[in-house]
Amino acid sequence: MTLHKSLRTAGILVSAVIGAAAFASQAMAAGEVNLYSFRQPFLIEPMLKEFTRQSGIAVNVVYAENGVLERIKAEGPNSPADIVLTVDIGRLHDLVEAEILQPVKSPVLEANIPAQYRHPDGLWFGLTSRARIVFASKDRVRADEIRSYEDLAAPHMKGRVCSRSGKQDYNISLLASIVAHKGEQAAREWLAGVKANLAQKPQGNDRSQAKAIMEGVCDVALANTYYMGQMLSDKNPEQKDWAQAVRIIFPNQDERGTHVNLSGAALVRGAKNRDNAIKLIEFLSEDVAQKLYAETNVEYPVKAGVALHPLVESWGPFKADAIELAQVAKFRPLAARLVDQVGFDL
Amino acid sequence: MELARTNPGVISGKSAVPRVDGWTAGAFLIAGLIAMPILAIIALALAPSDDIWHHLASTVLPHYLTTTAALAAGVGLGTLIIGVGTAWLVTMFRFPLRGVFEWALLLPLAVPSYVIAYVYTDILEYAGPLQVALRDFFGWTSRRDYWFPEIRSLGGAIAMMTLVLYPYVYLLARAAFLEQSVCVLEVSRTLGKGPWRSFAQVALPLARPAIVIGLTLVVMETLNDFGTVDFFAVATLTTGIYDVWLNMNSAAGAAQLAVLTLVIVALLIAAERWARRKQRFHHTTPRYRALAITPLSPGRAALALLACLTPVALGFLIPAAQLVGFALDHRPAPGTGRFLDLAANSLLLASITAGLAVVIGLFLAYGVRVSRSHWLPAAIRFASIGYAIPGAVLAVGVVVSLAAWDNAVDAVARASFGFSPGLLLSGTVFAMVFGYLVRFMALSFGAIEASLGKVTPSMDGAARTLGHSPLSVLRRIHLPLLKGSLLTAAILVFVDCMKELPLTLLLRPFNFETLATNVHQLASAELLEQSAPGALAIVAAGILPVIALSRTIRRSRPGQGPLGNRP
Repeated sequence: MTLHKSLRTAGILVSAVIGAAAFASQAMAAGEVNLYSFRQPFLIEPMLKEFTRQSGIAVNVVYAENGVLERIKAEGPNSPADIVLTVDIGRLHDLVEAEILQPVKSPVLEANIPAQYRHPDGLWFGLTSRARIVFASKDRVRADEIRSYEDLAAPHMKGRVCSRSGKQDYNISLLASIVAHKGEQAAREWLAGVKANLAQKPQGNDRSQAKAIMEGVCDVALANTYYMGQMLSDKNPEQKDWAQAVRIIFPNQDERGTHVNLSGAALVRGAKNRDNAIKLIEFLSEDVAQKLYAETNVEYPVKAGVALHPLVESWGPFKADAIELAQVAKFRPLAARLVDQVGFDL
Repeated sequence: MELARTNPGVISGKSAVPRVDGWTAGAFLIAGLIAMPILAIIALALAPSDDIWHHLASTVLPHYLTTTAALAAGVGLGTLIIGVGTAWLVTMFRFPLRGVFEWALLLPLAVPSYVIAYVYTDILEYAGPLQVALRDFFGWTSRRDYWFPEIRSLGGAIAMMTLVLYPYVYLLARAAFLEQSVCVLEVSRTLGKGPWRSFAQVALPLARPAIVIGLTLVVMETLNDFGTVDFFAVATLTTGIYDVWLNMNSAAGAAQLAVLTLVIVALLIAAERWARRKQRFHHTTPRYRALAITPLSPGRAALALLACLTPVALGFLIPAAQLVGFALDHRPAPGTGRFLDLAANSLLLASITAGLAVVIGLFLAYGVRVSRSHWLPAAIRFASIGYAIPGAVLAVGVVVSLAAWDNAVDAVARASFGFSPGLLLSGTVFAMVFGYLVRFMALSFGAIEASLGKVTPSMDGAARTLGHSPLSVLRRIHLPLLKGSLLTAAILVFVDCMKELPLTLLLRPFNFETLATNVHQLASAELLEQSAPGALAIVAAGILPVIALSRTIRRSRPGQGPLGNRP
């Protein structure tokens, strides 16, 4: 054996020993499926447990946020990941762009998920949706003052708007949808208009916007639907006060509809447990899981006919922006630049 | 001994012939391995990044740079004043509770900065208890009736980070003060200088290398922070890196910004070293007697007490009390049933990493001392600069370099033996430990180097003349002198591993949770109160080692052994 070869062998042995010693939980055996998840485990655990109970297939999860895409790319064909779960259309789009997904052809998924909420080639599937709505003070905002996102930039809202960072995923997606509908220039002007109306520097999260409205700092703010449900059911009575200070408005009902974002699932290109993975995605689109999503996360199920959370039900139906979300995601990098150009967060 | 086995070359180091000895080669090898993820990030930065720089330069980059500079300067100055001031007080003066403050001043180290930021926001914001009480008392009804400092601001971020980071400076400054020969100070006093001037003109300059290392750690930790600045909506280079990476979808652009941060840090470190290039800080006398501790008048003693109590109360007591309050008010969140498992994972990982970090840090620091290579110190400094990179970016560097190794091994195995072992290291606990070592190299190497630098090389020379090998010199002369700083290094790494988040999230195996990931997933779902038990557990796990550390440092003072005459 040459020196070169023996060094190689030594390298392999070292790797093998260390790898084994480090109790690697590499998924090799059948009856498994491996998830890389952007979504917090406690939010998906009920659905995954139910899946394992029904199918006998064990589900392994790594919950991570930043760098999941780079991890899958670096791991290459050897990656143990089968499915990626995300909470935003942007991440789904990035995975498509990175060419690390494979298409799924499934009559079940096509029947359960409306075409608007899945990738045209089956590269990803939306599982739940959430609308980007307006929280408005019950006392200080008249019904005709806010009817659209555009109204947030109107002169009569001067000093009355709160926002979290313009760079936050959901705000970027909303801005990207405005670029998609009305073009870059109009989107920039809209954003500059909202900035001019801000009551304070962008900060906090969606819940703190409701809190700021209760405190009288401002009158309106953008937020996702499910936060309303979560605040009302929170064990902390304070949060109920915040939620009760605001009412919700679905913007742009007379025209293009309210912007919605998706949580979704995608099949990784080299998935070793392909069949189990497709079974799991299908399960997540079926009634049992969709109902759990609606109940526990207060989100909109994508499957038609699934019962809504009573609170969500009470808001009644709304018109969702029907634009293809893949089109919206394309404009996210541009939207992020617009936020810089306008100096929205500064 | 452990070192001898990992590196048999050192045993033969008796010969005085200049050549590449085993120690130098080993140190280069380890520094090279640790530097891999940083090199991976630099490689990533070489890819084209559209016109991201033009966009940034014409919009937010000036703002990022000034905010980052202000943040680093503010935290640096704050930690310098608190850290050095309290270290001098507890080392030199007698006042009530001094013995308690010796260790209590370290406690804020155990509090993650993202946790303290959440807690103070809760206390100080408009709906928080303080402002509610003020409004009740003065009869104000709305925010427009009065002015109150905004916690979610640059000033707030500086305050939060100062409160949890000053212990780095305190720790190293105190160790330096304790190790100083009392003779030097006595000479200074005999020459008619009062205690304050002795401090400013003798003790402080002598402790400068140690204090600078502490400050460097603080600045690097400030630069890599994302949680606090993001929560406070302060736009720094780090938030810019995340934005370019995740929103503008340009990993290359993000890597370029990260490299820019590294260059700035490297320049700062180089400038400081250049400024004291002609100075040497070795102790010139082996005579150590107990420090003469000056009693203080009651008024001054009260001031000293207050000066020490304030950072402990703000950095530890108040946040810990608030967390206890949260934990008692709220039942544990779903998924916290396996709480003991999480704690065990955290403790095990942190202990293993701390042990390895000390062995490696000692090996490298001593390598710099015995090696004739001028490149070795530069290589090690480069390897330990990972601490200044935002954790998630460094995590990508680790993932990329480990996956490249795994895939290469896999390819060779397929070609030679016809079977595929898959990814052996990626997504294992080994990957996590490696990532931690890369991230926290600066802590262990810095703490050990600070202490080793004070031992005069004439001791090494004398021992080597008597025929001792470098290893033997290390064992017989340096290790006894270094005991305190080795423990310091171990505990800094341990506590930081307990708190570490971005690498933990990305590098861990399937179904693997730690206390930090538990706190994060709840806090990021805006369930702050439910994350309190996990946060408390992190803090609690940090307390005992921190106390042990303080006691050991006190005992480690030369001349403080059984023959020491300390009261």
